[in-house]
Formats: sequence, C-alpha cells, structure tokens
Amino acid sequence: MSLTLEDVRRIAHLARIAVDENEAADYLRQLSGIFSLIEEMQSVDTTGIEPMSHAQDVWLRLREDEVTEPDRHESFQSVAPQVEAGLYLVPKVME
Amino acid sequence: MLNSSLKELAAMLAGKQISSVELAGEFLRRIKALNPVYNAFVTLAEEETLKQAQAADEMIAAGRGQPLTGVPVAHKDIFCANGWRTTAGSRMLGNFVAPYDAHVIERFRQAGTVNLGKTNMDEFAMGSSNENSHFGPVKNPWDVRAVPGGSSGGSACAVAARMAPAATGTDTGGSIRQPAALTGISGIKPTYGLVSRYGMVAFASSLDQGGPMAKSAEDLSLLLNVMVGFDPRDSTSLQREAEDYGRDLERPLAGLRIGLPREYFAAGLSTDVERAVQAAIGEYRRLGAQTVEVTLPNTRLSIPVYYVLAPAEASSNLSRYDGVRYGYRAPEYRDLADMYQKSRAQGFGPEVKRRIMIGTYVLSHGYYDAYYLQAQKLRRLIARDFSEAFKHCDVIMGPTSPTTAFNLGEKSSDPVQMYLSDIYTIAVNLAGLPGMSIPAGVGDDGRPVGLQIIGNYFSEAKMLNVAHRYQQATDWHARMPEGAKAGG
Repeated sequence: MSLTLEDVRRIAHLARIAVDENEAADYLRQLSGIFSLIEEMQSVDTTGIEPMSHAQDVWLRLREDEVTEPDRHESFQSVAPQVEAGLYLVPKVME
Repeated sequence: MLNSSLKELAAMLAGKQISSVELAGEFLRRIKALNPVYNAFVTLAEEETLKQAQAADEMIAAGRGQPLTGVPVAHKDIFCANGWRTTAGSRMLGNFVAPYDAHVIERFRQAGTVNLGKTNMDEFAMGSSNENSHFGPVKNPWDVRAVPGGSSGGSACAVAARMAPAATGTDTGGSIRQPAALTGISGIKPTYGLVSRYGMVAFASSLDQGGPMAKSAEDLSLLLNVMVGFDPRDSTSLQREAEDYGRDLERPLAGLRIGLPREYFAAGLSTDVERAVQAAIGEYRRLGAQTVEVTLPNTRLSIPVYYVLAPAEASSNLSRYDGVRYGYRAPEYRDLADMYQKSRAQGFGPEVKRRIMIGTYVLSHGYYDAYYLQAQKLRRLIARDFSEAFKHCDVIMGPTSPTTAFNLGEKSSDPVQMYLSDIYTIAVNLAGLPGMSIPAGVGDDGRPVGLQIIGNYFSEAKMLNVAHRYQQATDWHARMPEGAKAGG
C-alpha cells in the first residue's frame, strides 16, 4: 500500500489537525515508513481467529440508579478556555 | 537516607528519627539542586508537599500511621491530582489544573504518602526516550548524553538520581519497564485491570496500566499494595480480594522454572545486553532455578499490531482535545472547524499528531478490516503464545530493551527505529500480562541493563519474590549514578 498526499490531507481533515503543504509532505514520508512496518501484518492468515479487543473478559457493570456526582460545574469550568454564565463558548456555527 | 529502602524510611518516620516534613524537605532540596541538569520534574508545589508532610507527621503522632505514611512519592504527570497542574507532557494541557484526584493519587493520599511533585514524560505517554515532552527531554543520570527511556522517563530519572524514594509510572507498551531498565531501577507493570485508570490521562485504554517504579522489588511490593484496588469508576477495573504483594518475597527459588523465549535472544539483541542478561540467568541457576527454552513465535508481529491498535485507541481518546472544555485553544481562528484544527495542530507535538493520523486512517472507512480487525486477531495469537509458554514455566525472562540507553537525538528523527526498541515489552501489554524490569549489570558503555521478568496473570507476588531473591544475592539495584552524588 502506498499513501498519497491526497490521503494525508484526508486523514488530517478527519483528525481535525491543520496541516500545511510542507508538513503534508513530511507526514507522507513518515507515515509511509510506519505503514511499511505495519504491512507485515498482512502476511499472516488469520482466518477463523476471533479478534481480541481486550486483555480480560470484562463486561460493563450495572450499578444502582443513584446520584454519585455532585454538581461541580464551577470547578470543572474553571479550566475551560472560554465560559460565560455556566456555558462553554465556541465560535458561532449558525447565522 | 538516599539509598534507604521504603521500609527503612517508614521505620525512621515511625521511630521519630526524622519527620516527614524533614524528609520531604531533603528531597525537595535535592530536586532543586539536580533538576536543572536532569529535567525530571515538570511541576513542584513545595508548600502543598510540605502541608501533606505535616499532615502525615500528625497521622504518625496520633498512631494512625500506615506502612508508607510520610514517605514522599513523585507522580508521573499523567495522574490528575486535585489542584496540581497535570500536563501529560503536552502543550495541550500546559495550563490544566486537575479539579479531582486520580484513583491512584487518592490511594496514595489515603495511605498518607506525600506528593513530591509531578514528573516529566513523553507527550501523552507516546515515546520511548522522553524526547517527545513539550517540557524538554529528561537526561539519564548515568550519562547525561543518554536518554532515560520513556515514556515514564522523568519518574525513572527521579528514582535513579535519588531525587525521590519512589515514583509512579504508566505502561502502555513498555513505558515503566524500558525507562526502569535504561536508568538502573526496578519497575512493574501489573496485570491489566489491577490499577484503576480513573484520572490517568488516557492514551490507549485497552493497554494503559499504572504501576510503581523504585529502587528494589521490596519497595515495589509496598507501593503495589497501595496502588492496586477495585474502582467502580474504571469499567475495566477488576474486583478481586486484596492481597499483600510482599507476602512471598523471601520464598526460596529452588525448583523455579524460568522460560527463556528463543525470540528474545535472537538477532537485534546487542551482545553486551545479552551477556548481562545471561549472567543474571546464571545467578538464578545458582539460586536453584531451572531454565527451559520456550517460544513466542509471534513476537515480531507485536510491533505492527501495537502500532495499529494503540494509535487507533489514541485517535479516539484524544478527540476530546478540541479547545472547548479544557486545554489549549488557538489564539486566532475563523470558525469552529478552524478552531478545532488549529488548536489541535498547535497543542499537540509531532509524535502525537503522527499517531492520531495513523489511528484515524486505520479506523477509516474501507481500511478497518485490513488493519484494525487484522491487528485484533493477531493480538489473540500473541496472547496465546504466552499461555502456551506458561504451560512449561513459572516466569519468563529476557532483556527489557535490545540495547542500553541510546544517545539523545540518536533515534528521534526516525519513528520506526524508535518503535523497534520496544520489541520485548509490547507483547506483554497486548496480552495484558504483568511484566517488570530489574537492574542486572551494565553494558560496554557502562549504562544499565534491565532484566525483564514476565509473569502469568495475577502472579505479581511471585514475580516480586523472583526479583527480590536476585536483589538479595546481587547489588546492581543498590548502585547509584556518579552524577547523583553531586546533589549532596
């Protein structure tokens, strides 16, 4: 598999990371190197092997439906870039 | 005192030979003297540290002391500690003051230990040299030209240079074991699920596991007793009976079966590391252990599998950094999309962006089966290799890292070369097994060599026993780097 500059731009867009033309060329070179390492996986026939997503067989626990978290929005919002009247501020998305 | 074990420090505290305030003050003094050279700590909060020490002294005076009450411990800057800046080595979290405690921090607080400061690390724990930190690289106390390993490089350096009696780390692909090996200290990554990930900045959630780093296996056992425990706030936390990880330390090793994986002693292992590891295994034979050759045939696949799964999980975990609720926001932007893209481009460093992009790609439409699913299937084969091997042995041993500490800058321009240095540690995370590294000699360059000990699930007490007996018979773990003596 070989990546193209177009792939790099598409991935950067999906990842929401701004990448300029010079950086795109660097990423192309570095990611291609990493993918050639990753390609080695394709040499193994894994037909019939069950995918392993986790080290232990765990399942989501159920808990009682009770309040566990107090309202701490002030302290949580104290680390936000921009807050007003208890709301997070972002640039306008609709005119 | 610098070389005292945690047990000795605790006895001095309990016997009122030294107060916790004095002890913390002494280590803070050393940090201030040595940190300008080593850069192991990114945040100190002297007043808060001394306040915690004062509280510990009161606990001891009131007869409410526990085994580690009053002992100072440094924490990797990946663990949220209420009121402390917690950066994960990233510009993205450069101004993030945690509004709550991680479960690990909570446990240490309840145990009465004193938070000595937050240690440097590769950004979001992605790296094997600590060169990926936004706060600059950490130096190896054995040779300042060398890296300390990563990603828990600051914690490793702090313990090796005796700036802290012990520290916490996290290990996703070797990030406790490899820096422990490269700086001549001991570190253990427990079975996945034993230490809660709550409040530990996430990298790859199915692999991340916290663990202790210290001068000896005995110290690790005491720290593990504090760190391990069920936490309902981590959905993968395991609910098990509490155990004393030091209960088997003194058990003789006669009859112990050590598995030596053929693949861990093959091409790629440098001769000086191999010589040191073989000498350590020779010592184990003298202690009554037997060795048996085992095979882990899918070892070479662990690197490609890891570099699909870990970036995939990272790309998902790190999508939370969008400049809205916390973390870095770009100063200028046109609209919301531009704000996301610029905040992430400026807030993340190069290695983190590379991994997010790899992860985004392997999870994207049309590539999922070929990469992500294939990697998960191979993960199963890698885990099976270990269960086969453990039919023939009690523990597995080999090198932690193929070389001693490499020089700063030596591998930083080539990500693939850097990734290959994790060949012996990654498979352990993929399988979810416990693994540790203990100092076992030096290489031709005088830099430390680590012996890796891999155990079966939940066999930490056995592994610590195996490590402790070696440390009773040898003194590699007690050696202190020359440079650290400058700290007075």
